[in-house]
Amino acid sequence: MRGRLFLMFAATTGFLAIALVISLGMGPVSIPPAQVLAVLFRHTDPSLSHTAVAIVWDLRLPRTLLALSIGAGLAVSGSAYQALFQNPLADPYIIGASGGAALGATLAIILNINAVTSAAFVGSLLAVALVYIIAQAGGRVSAVNLVLAGVALGMLLSAAVSLLMFLGDSDLHEILAWLMGGLSGRSWPELRMVAPLVAIGIGFLWSLARPLDALTLGEETAQALGLNLLWARTAIVLAATLITAAAVSSGGIIGFVGLLAPHTARRLVGGAHRLQIPMSALVGGLLLVLADDLARTIVAPVELPVGVLTSLLGVPFFLWLLRRGEPWTR
Amino acid sequence: MDAVKAKNVSLGYNTREVLQEIAIEARPGEILALVGPNGVGKTTLLRALARQLRPRRGTVRVNGRDVWRLSTLEVARLIGLVPQHEAGDSSLTIEVVVALGRMPHRGWFLPLTRRDREVIARVLHQTDLYELRQRPITTLSGGERQRVLIARALVQEPEILLLDEPTANLDLHYQSAILSLVQRLAYEQKLAVIVSIHDLNLAALYADRVALLAERRLLAVGPPRAVLTSEHLSRAYGVPVIVTCHPVYNIPLVAPVLPPRPSRAPGGSKAVREVPVMDRQSCSE
Repeated sequence: MRGRLFLMFAATTGFLAIALVISLGMGPVSIPPAQVLAVLFRHTDPSLSHTAVAIVWDLRLPRTLLALSIGAGLAVSGSAYQALFQNPLADPYIIGASGGAALGATLAIILNINAVTSAAFVGSLLAVALVYIIAQAGGRVSAVNLVLAGVALGMLLSAAVSLLMFLGDSDLHEILAWLMGGLSGRSWPELRMVAPLVAIGIGFLWSLARPLDALTLGEETAQALGLNLLWARTAIVLAATLITAAAVSSGGIIGFVGLLAPHTARRLVGGAHRLQIPMSALVGGLLLVLADDLARTIVAPVELPVGVLTSLLGVPFFLWLLRRGEPWTR
Repeated sequence: MDAVKAKNVSLGYNTREVLQEIAIEARPGEILALVGPNGVGKTTLLRALARQLRPRRGTVRVNGRDVWRLSTLEVARLIGLVPQHEAGDSSLTIEVVVALGRMPHRGWFLPLTRRDREVIARVLHQTDLYELRQRPITTLSGGERQRVLIARALVQEPEILLLDEPTANLDLHYQSAILSLVQRLAYEQKLAVIVSIHDLNLAALYADRVALLAERRLLAVGPPRAVLTSEHLSRAYGVPVIVTCHPVYNIPLVAPVLPPRPSRAPGGSKAVREVPVMDRQSCSE
């Protein structure tokens, strides 16, 4: 059992490391792995080609690491919501984080404010806060209230975005590109904002592994085991929302990672969140890094929306996994 | 002293009053069975005892202290609750689910200690789950799942065990296996046990005292012989019953009665049999 788990983590980490090195070499200018590694470990070394350093260190590395952070973040956030709501269909966007971000970004684009990322981040946080307050006002704060309020507000926000797109005729392409999600042109500043938030959020949710385990058994059971529901729910929503807001504001609405990665992780290492959360992060990061590689190379120089590729890559893999059955149960 | 004591407790949801003026108690080493018709409020009463539902009136005391003055964590150290329904689609293994029962003692963050692991292993053996411990709970049968829920409550090392219909949907073997386990725990570890149960004969067999709920109140409470009478039961359930004496033990045995049928129906010999609503043969005092 322990050997199997170790193997799973070692293999996934190995895949991720290989994927990172290949990603950094891929693109209009192809760079061999040896040179990529040289740049990674000695990027200030004057003997290295300036072009290689510029391409790997300044262009591809921040973008690849951003893909890794966003993928890992969305995956862990999805994993937490699936436990909190005891619903395998829950994803990071279930309580309004994406709708708020979309409205924020759309407004910023239409009003020509040069702060799309910040607007999306604030919009995302505000939407979730609003959902939380509405759910509270309904008397007993149940997870069901939270989901219903989230889904309803999400619809309202997406209607508002559609209306704005319909009325503001000039920026359609920019808004659409944002809504579909993509990492084109993202660099160190975005990474510096996203990576710490995602890392803190993941660490915090990982420390809540046991409360998350208990919540998958239902709220009454969690309470009977001594869990303070209000406290736990607030902590989980707060951490998952920070992660999601950071991810969405810098990468747009990237779908499926937050849904597929936790399921994949559960099938690989089981449901206990102590293992599921780190595995989700690895799988989500790997999936988004690969999807972004394809997004920027398949039909270069045109970039595809990465959200489309996460589905194209992730769904077949997931369906294969589903058909294969759970190795854990055998 | 009573381990758990409900005094003049009235319970309800929103505008609906479910139970009024309930007074029951359970002592350490005693099994109290809650019986009564569907929907009478057995689960509601257990939830109130476990501090999951606040009474409208009256108090619930555990070891002499009002449960609403205790924290969620303190309650979880004193009371183990075995719910009737629990989300079954969680992909956790038996071992992980049972280990969650240590959380009231260990907290939500600290790693398990050696003693925690010993308690978990002992209870897994006690409930015959040790060999299955790596199985996900999604793959378990009804009886296995019930044992997991009991094991988790036992790992809490509570002083009071509340069980909600632990034998519902179980076959004869598991019914007696589960209740024998509960009885052994009550007597050996001096647990105060309150168990809601539909099967009146199992209640008579295993419980020291029975509380019969009907018409929103406590109709009768006491030893099985005093509570499970045809008069009480026909009133509580609205159907005639026969109560006779158990052939082996000195306890009541409850048998259902057929409703009157038209005598010309085929096989009418059964239907025409007249059954007076009374105790056929009472147990000796």
